[in-house]
Amino acid sequence: MKISVDQSRCCGSGMCVLTDPDLFDQNEEDGTVVLLVEHPGPGHEATAKEAASLCPAGAITVS
Amino acid sequence: MTELISDELPITRQHPFDPPAEVTEIRDKARMSRLRFADGHLGWLATGHHQVREVLASPKFTNDPARHHQSDARFQGEVPPERRKVEPGMFLSQDPPDHTRLRRMLQGQFTVRRMNQLAEWIGTIVDDQLAHLRSLGGRADLVKEFAMPVPSLVICAILGVDYDERHRFQEDTAKMLSLDSTFDEAMAAIQRVQAFMRELIARKKENPGDDMISDLIATGEPTDEEASNMAMLLLLAGHETTANMLGLGTFTLLQHPDQLKVLKDEPEVIDNAVEELMRYLSIIHFGPVRTATEDVEIDGHLIKAGDTVLMHVPAANRDPEKFPGNPDELDLRRPASGHVAFGHGIHQCLGQQLARIEMRIGFSRLFQEFPDLRLDVDPEEVPLRTDMGIYGVHSLPVAWSA
Ligand code: HEM
Ligand code: SF4
Repeated sequence: MKISVDQSRCCGSGMCVLTDPDLFDQNEEDGTVVLLVEHPGPGHEATAKEAASLCPAGAITVS
Repeated sequence: MTELISDELPITRQHPFDPPAEVTEIRDKARMSRLRFADGHLGWLATGHHQVREVLASPKFTNDPARHHQSDARFQGEVPPERRKVEPGMFLSQDPPDHTRLRRMLQGQFTVRRMNQLAEWIGTIVDDQLAHLRSLGGRADLVKEFAMPVPSLVICAILGVDYDERHRFQEDTAKMLSLDSTFDEAMAAIQRVQAFMRELIARKKENPGDDMISDLIATGEPTDEEASNMAMLLLLAGHETTANMLGLGTFTLLQHPDQLKVLKDEPEVIDNAVEELMRYLSIIHFGPVRTATEDVEIDGHLIKAGDTVLMHVPAANRDPEKFPGNPDELDLRRPASGHVAFGHGIHQCLGQQLARIEMRIGFSRLFQEFPDLRLDVDPEEVPLRTDMGIYGVHSLPVAWSA
């Protein structure tokens, strides 16, 4: 599985960090998403998908 | 397909914790239906979870109030669009790129990490307020003594507004949100709070403090007018919503003793309990509203450019398609994430991580400190905020063994 994020769409909601802080962080400056892990291990696949579906701005895709 | 048309939005709740039954009936027949607006416009009513999310996520809608058809003349009377213009800095009512530019100035201050760092400090505010509550003997109004002060103290300290000056905005913010205020009354209230904010911005420029407004001005990014409206938006959004979740949430838990027992026996359920209370109660009465800027298809329906959509968050949060089982039941262990109580799309609540922490600490310490907290009146006597844009209880008389 591969996660990608699009900072230009991100509105800094923090939903991804709330869902899995091992995969996502937020930039201190403008709160936009920082991807910590591009290829999540099996233990994080479900939360990666959940973060993508919760993201209010459609800024996270998993493939 | 014949379309379901409502001539006005049903607003009467049969039960204090549930959306109006007529609205859920509409949802179960048609998750996108038609709604007659105050000016005769035949717009849309979105009641399904998926449909509400789709509209809120779509870039083909605006939140400019001057472009919305007015949903209801029962509140505020009829207001011509030219009188509903947006003040610069009120980014909730602005579209990209202004919205993006303004929201980004604040986003770094509301990250999950920043908010978690405030948890301990919020804990001391909650504890102080609970000590105050105890000092009142064995009975009190929980709204006045706890639910309202906690978020007000928190947002005032974060913004750098002197809590002792709350008389300068608390009555007026209530007037802005009251469905009974006339438009002129609401405008006058906004103007008074704006004047207070402009004064505050001027003071902070002279004497910066360690607070969000000072930091915002120091960036040199917003104009003074934008900064004062941004501060007003944060103040308004930051205290009424969370306060009413604390008040109505406590009423809800007291009326669901089995669920309150779950919270007491399994304190680790608290994070999910907060999500479930948000889902179950929603706290905004109805809304938000958006208007299509171009033709757009939502769930197979063609929404024409200029059509206004009223979304019904309380109905969407009870949609069995999203929350299977019995969505009308409060279940603190249910997977509740994905509710739309904080909205969706680019305007999704900026303060949601702060609100979550306030509710997490607020509910858990309240019931730890006052395990035998009980309602001090018949439940039917609790005055509901059916007259306010943000729902909740006007007061909540409670008692405990002193
Ligand atoms: C339980 C508490 C809260 C609830 C239920 C709530 C709900 C909402 C909702 C539904 C929206 C979106 C409105 C729309 O799309 O038209 C929103 C936006 C907003 N909220 Fe909250 N809110 C809460 C607490 C807070 C707090 C504590 C703050 C501030 C510190 C805050 C600040 C904001 C701001 C600034 C916006 C506008 C965001 C934008 O337009 O980009 N809210 N809130
Ligand atoms: S959930 Fe989406 S909008 Fe929110 S911070 Fe993460 S990427 Fe950004």
